[in-house]
Amino acid sequence: MLDIQNLRVFHGPIEAVHGISLSVGTGQCVALLGPNGAGKTSTISAICGIAQASGTIALEGADLAKVTVEDRIGRGIAVSPEGRRIFSNLSVEANLRIGGGIRADRENVRADIERWFDTFPILGERRAQPGGTLSGGEQQMLAIARALMSKPKILLLDEPSLGLAPRIVAQVFQMISTLRAEGMTILLVEQNARQALQISDYGYLLNNGRIQAEGTAEELGGSKDMMAKLTGLG
Amino acid sequence: MDYAAQQIINALSFGAEYALLALGLAIVFSVMGLVNFAHGEVIAVGGYTMVAFAALVTANPLIIIVGAVAATALTSVALERVAFRPVRYADPTTGLLTAFGVSIVLQNLFLLFISPRPIAVTSLYFLDAPVMVFGVQISSLQIFESVTTVVVIIGLVLFLQRTTLGLAMRAASLDFEMVRLTGIRANRVFALAFLISGLLAGLACIFIMARRGSVDPHFGFNPVLKAFVACVVGGFGSLPGAVLGGFLLGAVEVAMLVLLPQEYGGLKDAFVFGIIALVLVWRPDGILSPAKEKGDKL
Ligand SMILES: Nc1ncnc2c1ncn2[C@@H]1O[C@H](COP(=O)(O)OP(=O)(O)OP(=O)(O)O)[C@@H](O)[C@H]1O
Ligand SMILES: [Mg+2]
Repeated sequence: MLDIQNLRVFHGPIEAVHGISLSVGTGQCVALLGPNGAGKTSTISAICGIAQASGTIALEGADLAKVTVEDRIGRGIAVSPEGRRIFSNLSVEANLRIGGGIRADRENVRADIERWFDTFPILGERRAQPGGTLSGGEQQMLAIARALMSKPKILLLDEPSLGLAPRIVAQVFQMISTLRAEGMTILLVEQNARQALQISDYGYLLNNGRIQAEGTAEELGGSKDMMAKLTGLG
Repeated sequence: MDYAAQQIINALSFGAEYALLALGLAIVFSVMGLVNFAHGEVIAVGGYTMVAFAALVTANPLIIIVGAVAATALTSVALERVAFRPVRYADPTTGLLTAFGVSIVLQNLFLLFISPRPIAVTSLYFLDAPVMVFGVQISSLQIFESVTTVVVIIGLVLFLQRTTLGLAMRAASLDFEMVRLTGIRANRVFALAFLISGLLAGLACIFIMARRGSVDPHFGFNPVLKAFVACVVGGFGSLPGAVLGGFLLGAVEVAMLVLLPQEYGGLKDAFVFGIIALVLVWRPDGILSPAKEKGDKL
């Protein structure tokens, strides 16, 4: 689904990611793990087209180099970004409507919003409330729901568990695992390595802009050395 | 009593005009952080279009009005495409300088290719006729102005609250990049903001022309100044703030006209700006300044 070769990401003169390669197969959940400043968000930004990058990023075999941010979303990438970035001045419902803003099947957008409200009654109860008044966990659910409103082929999640209480983190991972079970393709960026690997088919460990290790959850989790490293991070 | 009623109506109709002008600035500022000082020249284009239509095409005022509004809308969208799109993601100072540049270039084009002198258009005088309402004599123009402004505000509110693109414009005022990350095209959002701004400029142009009856190269200066002041008072970037600021400015101006003794008449603007300055001491970011935070970061 998503194939990245030799990706370098730049923030002005600073190179944050130094030539990484990774791929996410259709229906897979792939974890991208690493400590603060490893370059995880830079990678996500490059996939979305909002950071300057070199190398190739291909979605379903098509190179995205010349594709605008908006067209990348149009082709099926959706993102729940770092910090969630809910439109805090707009109602919960409006956030979801904007999420489905590019869809041609307008009638179904409304139905899909109602479905989200059924799945997360808390969001339904607060549908008319400004997004900014939600709790962190509710905002994270809303950010993921907003991303899914565009009916993407691949969902990018940037640290969905950040800053949430353990009970809420469990809910968020439960939601991601449900999505995966429904066949959604997911690239999951996390520092919470242990929990992320539990719901992932494959994982990459990123450090200082380079991939240090990769493998299936068992491989990464199995190696004692790596486990120590990962739990040290997580 | 009649006098008081008349002055209140004066204040409301001035306020309505300033609100229209301020909304034109605020809608562009809210989505792209640009103070479009060329807004005044867009209004002047409307005035010159009236001149051209009246001289060359028709005396039918309805066609002249429609032509002028279409011209301001087109000009505004064209300016976005040609001048402001290239500096869209540059820092605010670059945008501001670009706007000044565009404003000066347009003024000079008017000077060079049209005329440095005022050109009269009489076709819209009919809008300004005295009418009696409940025993108070007011101008029909004031009624048109107030009604138009109310209709525009209602229309804008419905658009911004009900349509996806309207919601996206409000979202863009907070976090433009996130709007792009939902796939909604930045180009469309920007073009739309300028289109709405241009339509508002056209409406304001009708009323200014109906009152002044002539257009000259510096036609846009005064309106854009009023719009700017109204936006600053109301809180730059806030649309309700622009409306509030407009009406407040209208009220203060009329109050100064009424209250200042004859011999201080020439100091009216000084007093108006003095009061505005006091408002800003009380609320430095304007009365309804929008929240600056970008959603929940953690
Ligand atoms: N806009 C920017 N300008 C300059 N440097 C940046 C910018 N964004 C990121 N960087 C730098 O790039 C490197 C990678 O940052 P990035 O945000 O990708 O890390 P991360 O893995 O997402 O970290 P975290 O877990 O803290 O979110 C860091 O050294 C950071 O300082
Ligand atoms: Mg990050």
